[in-house]
Amino acid sequence: MFEAILLTVITASTPLVIAALGELVTERSGVLNLGVEGMMIMGAVAAFATAQLTGSAYLGILGGIIGGGIFSLLFGFLTLTLVANQVATGLALTILGLGLSGQLGEAFVGMPGVRLQPIVIPLLSDIPFFGRVLFSQDLIFYMSVALVFGISWFLFKSRAGLKMRAIGDSHGSAHALGINVVRTRYLAVLFGGACAGLAGAQLSLVYTPQWVENMTAGRGWIALALVVFASWRPLRVLAGGYLFGAVGIGQLHAQLLAQSGGIAIPSQLLSALPYVATIVVLIIISHNRRTTLINTPASLGKPFVPDR
Amino acid sequence: MTSSEGVEASPLLSVRGLTKLFGSFAACDAIDLDIGHGEIHALLGENGAGKSTLVKMLFGVLQPSSGTVSLEGKPVVIPSPGEARRLGIGMVFQHFSLFEALTVAENIALSLDPRTPLAKIAEETATISKAYGLPLDPSAHVADLSVGERQRIEIVRALLQNPKLIILDEPTSVLTPQEAERLFETLMRLKAEGRSVLYISHRLEEVQRICDRATVLRHGKVTGACDPKHETPASLARMMVGTEVAEVKRDSANTLGDILLQVNKVSVASRTPFAVALKDISLKVRAGEVLAIAGIAGNGQSELFDAISGEYPIADNDGIVLRGKPVGRLRINGRRLLGAGFVPEERHGHAAVSALSLSDNLLLARSRSDKKAFLAGGPLAIVKRDAILSAARRICSMMDVRKSGEDPAAGSLSGGNLQKFIVGRELDRQPSVLVVNQPTWGVDAGAASRIRQALVDLAKAGSAVIVISQDLDEIFEIATTIAVISDGRLSDPYPAGELTLEQIGLLMGGIHDSHSGEKSSGGDQTGMETAHAH
Repeated sequence: MFEAILLTVITASTPLVIAALGELVTERSGVLNLGVEGMMIMGAVAAFATAQLTGSAYLGILGGIIGGGIFSLLFGFLTLTLVANQVATGLALTILGLGLSGQLGEAFVGMPGVRLQPIVIPLLSDIPFFGRVLFSQDLIFYMSVALVFGISWFLFKSRAGLKMRAIGDSHGSAHALGINVVRTRYLAVLFGGACAGLAGAQLSLVYTPQWVENMTAGRGWIALALVVFASWRPLRVLAGGYLFGAVGIGQLHAQLLAQSGGIAIPSQLLSALPYVATIVVLIIISHNRRTTLINTPASLGKPFVPDR
Repeated sequence: MTSSEGVEASPLLSVRGLTKLFGSFAACDAIDLDIGHGEIHALLGENGAGKSTLVKMLFGVLQPSSGTVSLEGKPVVIPSPGEARRLGIGMVFQHFSLFEALTVAENIALSLDPRTPLAKIAEETATISKAYGLPLDPSAHVADLSVGERQRIEIVRALLQNPKLIILDEPTSVLTPQEAERLFETLMRLKAEGRSVLYISHRLEEVQRICDRATVLRHGKVTGACDPKHETPASLARMMVGTEVAEVKRDSANTLGDILLQVNKVSVASRTPFAVALKDISLKVRAGEVLAIAGIAGNGQSELFDAISGEYPIADNDGIVLRGKPVGRLRINGRRLLGAGFVPEERHGHAAVSALSLSDNLLLARSRSDKKAFLAGGPLAIVKRDAILSAARRICSMMDVRKSGEDPAAGSLSGGNLQKFIVGRELDRQPSVLVVNQPTWGVDAGAASRIRQALVDLAKAGSAVIVISQDLDEIFEIATTIAVISDGRLSDPYPAGELTLEQIGLLMGGIHDSHSGEKSSGGDQTGMETAHAH
C-alpha cells in the first residue's frame, strides 16, 4: 500500500521537478518566463503526437523536448530580441499554448496512447522496497534526478554556470565583462522550454498516456511557485517538488474519501496548498534578506538593452 | 613588458582623432592622447567632458565613430572588453561592475581564462592582493564588503591579467585619505614595474601628486596637455572649466543663534542586512551654522538622513527636536511644515522623478508644505499649473539651472543642473533648517561651487544647515563645524578650523579619541591645500 502511494507520488512529482528545474535555469539567467504552463502543454501534445505517429515512446520524449523548446524560442525572440515585457509575453505564451495544443491535439482525443515502459535496472532493482520504487522507473524519472544534480553542478561548479548567475545578478556588469548576455539568455530560455516540454511528455506518455485538452491542469503554475519555494536552488526544487506532488496525490485521495463517505477534506483546500506553502516560504525567506539577496537573481524580469 | 627605454620611440598607447558621435552630438571630438610606458597619465575634465566615453572606447565597451588607437605602434581595433584585456588593457570602473551575489573569487574568475580552476584563482587573488597591499578574502560575498574592499577586487582583477595599461575611473572618490594613500602606493609599485596607468580624476591635488602628465578634456575636446606638477590647481581648473571657478565666499564669523535642530542619543536598528545601524547619535545645529558630516559612503549617512528627514520616523519622539518641537515620530511632510527642508542623495529616483517635468517634481516635493500656493479648491486639490510653473522658473533663475526647454523632464538635465534645481527647490522655501546629503556628488565644478555658495548664504541668513558629504574639499570650504560618521557612530563636533585632514581620516576609520592628542600638531597645511583645490 505504502509502496503504491510512493510510486504515484513519484509519478505526480516528476513533471513538477523537471519543469521547475528548467524555469530555475531560465530565472537564474535573469529571465522570468511565466509561460511554463503553455510550454508544458505544447510538449505534452508534441510528445503524444510523435509517439502516435512513430509508435515509439522514446521518439515521443524527443518530440516533447523539441516542442517545448521551439515554443520557448518564440518567448525568447519576443523578450530578448524585441525586448518585449517578460510578464506579459509569458502570460500570452501560456494562453497561446493552451489554445494551440487543443487545436493540434483535436485528432488525438480519445486515442489510446503509447505508454513509456519502465527501465528496470538489474541488481539495483533487487534491493527490497527501494529497488522497486527507485530503480524500476521510466527514463523520464531517471532524467529528472540526473537534471537535479547536473544543474546543481552546472550552476555552482562550472564556469558557464558562474557566467549565467552573473548575468542573472547584474546583466549590465556581465555585458561590461564581455559576457554575451542575450545569447546566454536564449540558451537558458531554450533549456527552460525543453524541460517544460519534457515535463509535458511525462504527462502524456507516463502519467496518463493519452491526450486530453488542458491536461497540464495548472502544473506549470505550480512549477513556477516551486522555483520561488526552492529559493532558486536545484536540490530544494527536488524536495519541494515531491512535497507538492504528495499534496496533489493527497488531494485525489481526499476526493475519493469524500465520495466514499469518509472524512471530507475540501479538495479545493488541498489544491491551494502548494501556493499557500509558497507564500509561507516567501515570508520565511524574506526575513533573512541576506540569503535572499544572494540567491535571488537580482536582474530577474528586467529587460536588457546593450548601450552600444 | 617592453623596456622603458623606448618611451620616446613609440608610446604604449597612442590615440589619434578619436571621435564618438551619439546622433549629431559629439561626446568625443577628435581626441589625441599618448601614454608612455611606466607613466601615470591623468585624464581631467568635468562631468560630461567626455572622459567616460573616451575610456569606454579604449576598453571596447563603446565603438568609436572615427579615429585610430595604436598599442605599441600597431593600430588596433578593440571590439569588446575581452579583446581589450587580451591586448593588455585593464579597467577599474567608477561604478564597480561587481556581482553582489557572488564571492570575490567568482567575481574575479569571470574575467579570466575560463580554463583556470576556481581554487587556483582564489589562491592567486590572495597572493596578488597581499603583494600589492590590498588585503582581500577570496571566499567573501561581495554583498558583505565595504566600498574600499570592492574597489580592491576590481584592481586585483585587473592586475591578475598582467595588463600593460590600467585605467582607473575616479578611484579615490569612495576612499578614506588613508585608503587613498594605500592606493597611491600601489600605483607607484605598478609604475615601477613599467606598467602605465590612465588616471581619471577631478581631484587636482592628487593628480598633481602622482601623475606624470595630464590631458584635459572639455566638451569632448582636448583643451590642454601638461605636466601637472608644473601647474597650479587654479590653472588646471581653468583648463577643465574654461573659466575661473568662483571661490565660495563666506564671512569668517557667522553669529550663531538658537539651536534649531537637535538629535538626542538616537539609535536605529538597520532596516536591511546591508544598512548600517545608527548608534547613540547626538548633534545640535544652531542658526547660522553649517554642520558638515564627513564619512566614507556606507557608514550610516543615508540612515542618518532618513532619521533626520523623517523618511523613516524613529520610535523615540523626543529623539529629534526641530525648532523646539519633538518630531521623532513625525513624517517628512510634517517636518517640512515646521520649516525644515531636505535634499536626499540620489538625484534620480529619490530627489526627482526622471521622467516627470521640473514643475511636476516641484509639486511632488512641496504639495503639502506649499498647499496654499500650489493647490486650489481645498479637498479637491486642483493643481495651479501657472503658480507652479512660475515657481519653477524662479528656482531655475535663482540657481542658474541650464535646461533645454521651458519645462523639460528632470532626466534630460545634466547631473549638475538637476542638482542645482533640487537644492534650489528647497532653498526657495527659505527653510530654517536644511539637511542635504552629498549635495555635489558627481556634479561639475561650476555647479558645485554654485550650490556650496547657496548653502553658505542660507546659513548666513540665519538658517541651520547640515551637509552630509564625502568630499573633504567641500567640507573644508563651507563647514563651520565638522563631525565624522563612522560605522553608524557620530564623532563629537569640532570647529572646522581646528581639524586637520589627518584627524578626519582617523575619525573616518573609527578612531574617535585622537583629537585631544593631536589638536595643535603641524598637519594643518594639508587641510588648507585641499580646501583650495577647487
